[in-house]
Amino acid sequence: MTDTLTIAVSKGRILKETLPLLAATGITPAEDPNESRKLILPTNQSNVRLVVIRATDVPTYVQFGAADLGVVGKDVLMEFEGRGLYELLDLKISRCRMMVAEPRALAEQDDPEDWRHLRIATKYVNTTRRHFAAKGIQTEIIKLYGSMELAPLVGLADRIVDLVDTGNTLRANGLVEIEQIADISSRLVANKAAMRMKYDAIRAMVEQLRGAVKGSAERAA
Amino acid sequence: MSSGNRWLLPEGIEEILPAEARRLESMRRGLLDLFDSSGYDLVMPPMMEYLDALSTGLGQDLDLQTFKITDQMTGRLMGVRADITPQVARIEAHYLKRTGPVRLCYFGPVLHTRAKEFGGSREPLQLGAELFGEAGPQADAEILGLAVDTLARIGIEQPHLDLGHVGVFRALIAAANIDAKLEAELFDCLQRKARPDIEEVLASADVSDDSKAMFVALMELNGGADVLERAQQVLQPAGADVATALENLREISALLAKLIPSVPLFYDLAEVRGYRYHTGVIFSAFVAGQGQEIASGGRYDDIGADFGYARPATGFSADLRTLLKACPVTTQGDAKGVLVPFTDGPELEVEITRLRNAGERVVRELAGATAEDMRRVCDRRLVRKGKQWHMENLQDPANRAG
Repeated sequence: MTDTLTIAVSKGRILKETLPLLAATGITPAEDPNESRKLILPTNQSNVRLVVIRATDVPTYVQFGAADLGVVGKDVLMEFEGRGLYELLDLKISRCRMMVAEPRALAEQDDPEDWRHLRIATKYVNTTRRHFAAKGIQTEIIKLYGSMELAPLVGLADRIVDLVDTGNTLRANGLVEIEQIADISSRLVANKAAMRMKYDAIRAMVEQLRGAVKGSAERAA
Repeated sequence: MSSGNRWLLPEGIEEILPAEARRLESMRRGLLDLFDSSGYDLVMPPMMEYLDALSTGLGQDLDLQTFKITDQMTGRLMGVRADITPQVARIEAHYLKRTGPVRLCYFGPVLHTRAKEFGGSREPLQLGAELFGEAGPQADAEILGLAVDTLARIGIEQPHLDLGHVGVFRALIAAANIDAKLEAELFDCLQRKARPDIEEVLASADVSDDSKAMFVALMELNGGADVLERAQQVLQPAGADVATALENLREISALLAKLIPSVPLFYDLAEVRGYRYHTGVIFSAFVAGQGQEIASGGRYDDIGADFGYARPATGFSADLRTLLKACPVTTQGDAKGVLVPFTDGPELEVEITRLRNAGERVVRELAGATAEDMRRVCDRRLVRKGKQWHMENLQDPANRAG
């Protein structure tokens, strides 16, 4: 079992964009992950398997050693309070930005320099608190699980912290970006113990993926 | 709390039930015997003490992990220990004040305000050994050897042993003349082996290109025996302190090759765990199937200075709960005893004493116990034939008590 590598990947966009990178290193799932109902997917390589799970569960699986490697967004890692993960590689996929946004009307007379006490709706409670605390701003955070854009419209919060890709959803709901918290992309993370016990296998995969990331960046350019 | 869930324990607090308790206790005894037979004296520090003593030196990282209460006798703040090592250092520095090597070991529960890992225990059962008064590589090698012996004693024969040295990172920081904020950022990146992040942090830092290259290289300095040679080359511009640290690792490795020849050594120079109080070699042991280290330790010289006696010190510790999960399960099952009549004559009492001294479990038959109850705890029984007591198999239906 020491030589088997289990890779945890979150469902959806990250999985979709991870598969081409894995394919470039010669790994393809034995079944179509979008069709299969299996949670553990064997691949064409007998010693590599994928587990497809929710994004926020990926760090937990990897920290416990249930998966050796994981592909997870930087947003989830920033929010994850556990430790003992190695962030080996920026895969440069599923890129977006974590932003503070507010209604256009508020933005017209708002000056971030004057922020003292904010009421913010977000999914990223820890990250938001840390970001504003570092700037000496008190926050009251309302944890939501989705549709953050709605919160300022109905008076639940003044501002939101959320991931922004094209910005279309924000615009459609009359919100504007005010401040960037972080650039987000997906990272390859590794379990501390696996990194040691399966050193050669992981090292080799990291190098291959590094090449694949570089290759896809060059194609995009 | 409604009466329906009065049995509920706080999160991260668990009790140990008979079958597991038996394994754990046999493990504890075996390991304390091992320490004793290696010359380590047992000490039993108190469960709580004044906070300023607990959080001195080694304990600074532990402040948030410590449960605090006010002492009603004095009004001073007390802490429930979150780590026994600082207590042992205090005992060594304040009471023993010996010259020459002092070997101490300990076992006991500690409390953490938060479990170290999600779903982990907030009450680890800490076991450890410390060697004071010897600054050379022999002391570190002895402690590492003892850590490996500890794992071997509970059936873990081939741990993955990882060595690092805080002197390397410290020397790079000093050579680059880096401020505390940047140091903390680099430390954070190294702990996560986040190469994209360290490159970003360094890109905007006011540090020489040589230093930048060395910090990035440091992150990749992990693996087998070749790491020390690679480090010698790529970290050469950092000067004598790095060379000293690498030489120290080489000396310890040479001693370990003799002490524990069957255990391969690995190195991770980017491992900077606890570098605020560690002063030399640091190490951790891993096994397949456990996501985190199962034992760890290292050198922490001069911790006793706060108690008036600075001494070289090195040691290791482990959590028995983690070890219990990591060690192979021996299928001994529940211990079965020998059933005896509740009373008979003096010969029976002599026989019971003899059996118990021989390590048997002897259980007296109570009036209310059914045959089924008895078979659950005993697999044999004593039966009198004339003046002699004979052992019979209780599982054999022919011998079953009425």
